[in-house]
Amino acid sequence: MANYRIHKTEYIDETKRVSFKYDGKTYFGYEGDTLASALLANGIHLVGRSFKYHRPRGIFSCGAEEPNAICQIGSKKDLTEPNVRATELELYEGLEASSQNCWPNVKFDIGGINNFISPLIPAGFYYKTFMWPKSFWKKVYEPLIRLSAGLGKSPTEPDPDIYDHKYVHYDVLVIGGGISGIISAKMAAKNNLKTLLVDDKKILGGSTIYQNNESIKIDDKLSSEWLKNEIQEIKKLSNLTIKTRTSIAAYHGYNFLLAKENLTDHLPEEKKKNKIRQRLWKIRAKKVVIATGSIERPLVFNNNDRPGILLSNSINKYLDYYGVTCGENIILFTNNDSAYETSISLHKKGIKNIIVDLRKSASSELIKQAESLGIKIYFNHVVTNTFGYRKINSLEIMKLSEDGNTTVGNKIRLSCDCLGMSGGWTPMVHMHTQSGGKLDFRDEDQVFLPKENSEDQISVGSCNGDFDLEIIIDKTVNKINKFLDIDIQDYQDTNIICSKENDKRNIWLLPNKIPLGKTKSFIDFQNDSTAKDIKLALKEGFRSIEHVKRYTTTGMATDQGKLSNMHALGIIADTAGVKMGTLGTTTFRPPFTPLTFGTLVGRNVGKFFEVVRKTSMHEWHVENNAKFENVGQWKRPWYYPKNGENMYDAVQRESKAARDSAGILDASTLGKIDIQGTDASEFLNRVYTNAWSKLAIGKCRYGLMLNEDGMVYDDGVTTRISENHYLMTTTTGGAANVLSKLEDYLQTEWPELDVYLTSVTDHYSTASICGPNSKKILNKLFPNLDLSDENFPHMSFKEEKLENINCRIMRISFTGELSYEINIEAKYGHSLWKMCIEAGKDFNLTPYGTETMHLLRAEKGFIIVGQDTDGTMTPSDLQMDWIVSKKKYDFIGKRSLYRSDTIREDRKQLVGLLTDDPKEILEEGAQIVLDVKSKPIDMLGHVTSSYFSPNLNKSIALAVVRSGKTMKGQKLIIPMENKNINVTVSDTIFLDKENKRLNA
Amino acid sequence: MFLINCPFCGERDQSEFSSGGEAHIVRPKQPTELSDDEWAEYLFMRKNIKGIQFERWNHAHGCRKWFNVVRDTSNDKILSVYKMGEKPPVNYK
Repeated sequence: MANYRIHKTEYIDETKRVSFKYDGKTYFGYEGDTLASALLANGIHLVGRSFKYHRPRGIFSCGAEEPNAICQIGSKKDLTEPNVRATELELYEGLEASSQNCWPNVKFDIGGINNFISPLIPAGFYYKTFMWPKSFWKKVYEPLIRLSAGLGKSPTEPDPDIYDHKYVHYDVLVIGGGISGIISAKMAAKNNLKTLLVDDKKILGGSTIYQNNESIKIDDKLSSEWLKNEIQEIKKLSNLTIKTRTSIAAYHGYNFLLAKENLTDHLPEEKKKNKIRQRLWKIRAKKVVIATGSIERPLVFNNNDRPGILLSNSINKYLDYYGVTCGENIILFTNNDSAYETSISLHKKGIKNIIVDLRKSASSELIKQAESLGIKIYFNHVVTNTFGYRKINSLEIMKLSEDGNTTVGNKIRLSCDCLGMSGGWTPMVHMHTQSGGKLDFRDEDQVFLPKENSEDQISVGSCNGDFDLEIIIDKTVNKINKFLDIDIQDYQDTNIICSKENDKRNIWLLPNKIPLGKTKSFIDFQNDSTAKDIKLALKEGFRSIEHVKRYTTTGMATDQGKLSNMHALGIIADTAGVKMGTLGTTTFRPPFTPLTFGTLVGRNVGKFFEVVRKTSMHEWHVENNAKFENVGQWKRPWYYPKNGENMYDAVQRESKAARDSAGILDASTLGKIDIQGTDASEFLNRVYTNAWSKLAIGKCRYGLMLNEDGMVYDDGVTTRISENHYLMTTTTGGAANVLSKLEDYLQTEWPELDVYLTSVTDHYSTASICGPNSKKILNKLFPNLDLSDENFPHMSFKEEKLENINCRIMRISFTGELSYEINIEAKYGHSLWKMCIEAGKDFNLTPYGTETMHLLRAEKGFIIVGQDTDGTMTPSDLQMDWIVSKKKYDFIGKRSLYRSDTIREDRKQLVGLLTDDPKEILEEGAQIVLDVKSKPIDMLGHVTSSYFSPNLNKSIALAVVRSGKTMKGQKLIIPMENKNINVTVSDTIFLDKENKRLNA
Repeated sequence: MFLINCPFCGERDQSEFSSGGEAHIVRPKQPTELSDDEWAEYLFMRKNIKGIQFERWNHAHGCRKWFNVVRDTSNDKILSVYKMGEKPPVNYK
């Protein structure tokens, strides 16, 4: 039988045939299939090789927990996607998928040799083996391991798909569209609560939607039929939004959740085009109902990983939902009742099957039903081994001893082509724990359950450990009424008939006559860790579950241990002889299933990646070939190369021009804070180190701002515009922080001060013109303004109109040259700039960028906060004691300036450095030492600024050096990779110590 | 992601706020009178409790106002919000 599709279901549209490629071969499925169901319909179980031993592996489940059937989708460099679970991927025309982790192919995989040398690859193998010799790691071990390992390939080109973000607010969010989620959503929405119901599948209904067992009925209808009715009902509710193909990725505090909605992944290529692929929902919900269900557990026995071995309930879903049987001769191995449902479904479709049950006996309705159908049941038996390399072909069972610790009697060999296992159910408590909820442990069936502790979220259904239908409905209704403080009576008279499970028996590691060391009893199928590995870790002294997890890699694969964590815990508890509930669990971290980066990033790609701030003059800079530097979010002209100049040549030319004639700088990005109020002067007194009360109106003053710890924080020039009005400038990068620091002091420490702060950085554009000819240029621009030193001296301010537009002109200097800064409303900035350039034509007015600005100020020994300081420099360290007022009683940071640590004389202090060879330019950041022969070499400090000065025709540098203040004339060494550079400590001011140029 | 009830603007997402550490640490009125140790106490020493903590927050991307928050650091629940200068709620002491 090549076709395993044995009957029609309403979820598979057999009129719509879909062709797809798997490992290069073309197959057919139908609309409604997943890749996994279509492969199974074609008789394909083998879909990959295991991670470590390269053992053949088959489709194992039908959902998000799938460890084996993960594949690579597509082959295009920009669109290929690894690690996609075939059990979740909806089939579409033209789908191309391939198996991962095998070479050369899935049927013959060279790495399979690892299976035979597996005794040599125990837990911690990589940690233990590839340690020596150390040098081998980078060049030999790592490349080899990388070649043979890996789960799929990442795309190598940018993702062309479109992703989206959406922010929503709801009264109630219901996670999971199974029976309890549907009931919850209906109750909430009927009470006029704005409700959102999300489910990761294509249709609602969870596992009840295909439940067709006669002994499970609601109001005299099959449970699936009843639920379909309910779904029709809730679709009519106007304040309920239903989102299918949407999975919650993360549950953060304050009921903030992230969900991924799949919009086009199920569509053929041509229909995907120009559509949003996935949308990230950012949900704020007042209340959250978690109805995420549970996942069936595997059983741990020798060779429990062969293709053809699946979870029992998955066999049921493939049969009743997709119409596909996983085999023709099926054995079900179970410790609970749910496998009986599968068995009865198979039997009804004519598929031969038998049951192996761990339990000594069982007596529920389902078991009676199976017995009456004549299904063979082996109670008190255990599977001890399976056979068949690429697919299971038979297995051995043995009787269990009374205590369940050993096997007794003879082996019975049974042939089969498929094995379904059911080790019970694990409630999906991920969302509950992600939200901060704690867990309880229920010994009876060994499950962790949500411990209710919050008024904002609740778990209902099987994720709350309720498994019998009657209990699920009853408890859901009661809990939701209470949780939402409502009183819905809709389900009061619902009549539920269901089989009730009475008997339980759980054995985490099933007994075997073969010594454990010789078995392959897998716990984590994706990371290939076995029961033996867990025991070895315990033997080697690991006790914490978090340590065992990392040492054995159990639960660390892309499935994050959805199927394996419980077994690892169980075996640790059994081995260590402690109660499982006392061990705790590993942390359930988001995302629940992997998210693509595209979804997280959304539209914030390319030019939307970050905010870009441009000055009004930006267009001019672009037109004039400026190279830009990012300063915070600002784009600042860095230098303006001419005729193919490199940066060095351009900066040398610009620097020379600025001192020989005139230069112009776009200074618009400097932070500007407008300060007003009757206490403005007092405020400045408290935030700057120097005195401000006596600053006359129309004058400017340089200020240094400290942190409370005494370290230099920011600097800039502040102008007194009128009695109670100042304009403060800050560094470009520090503007926002300075404003927020000042606001902090104003609002929290000195609320009595009458001061108002407003950021006006973006409101004014600034052109700074410097150089001996700057006065002449200003005169052309402002012919009516008296620029004489008497009327407009250095550090003063004038207001003057430029073609009727008001300008604020400050005569201040960061270059040491005669210099003017013209501020104008930002919308006129571009015109102002062009007029300046025009006016400067006859004076070789040269536009210069940040690099030249840095060079010019370094010649004068002016610091740049953040370059020559790093948050550990006091004013005294910078040799700027002159700016610290001795008279003021207090200012921010004052007390710290004479702490025992800040008055140490061997602090690092700012000095100048001159290289013995004046052509030698130091590297910024280079270390400074006294003696290269001593070992270890005593590091004295480092270079903070370094340039070749075209105006002095020699190399200059600023540096911080331990006890630098006392070292003038001292010879020091800068050891570089290939040479030692000899330098001499100098003054920090290299040019025009007398400040003659300011008034040139 | 907290939802913070700014006393001036109402409930807003945490991303609009910045945290300013422990609240009710008053800057000494006469720093010069303090010994190094006393000054260090003000400058460096901060509580970091598991439990109820009084904190300063700033609605940085909103009204720019500073205010106080009572937060249980063990579960991140914000128990109370009050303006600068107001007395801390007594029931959380």
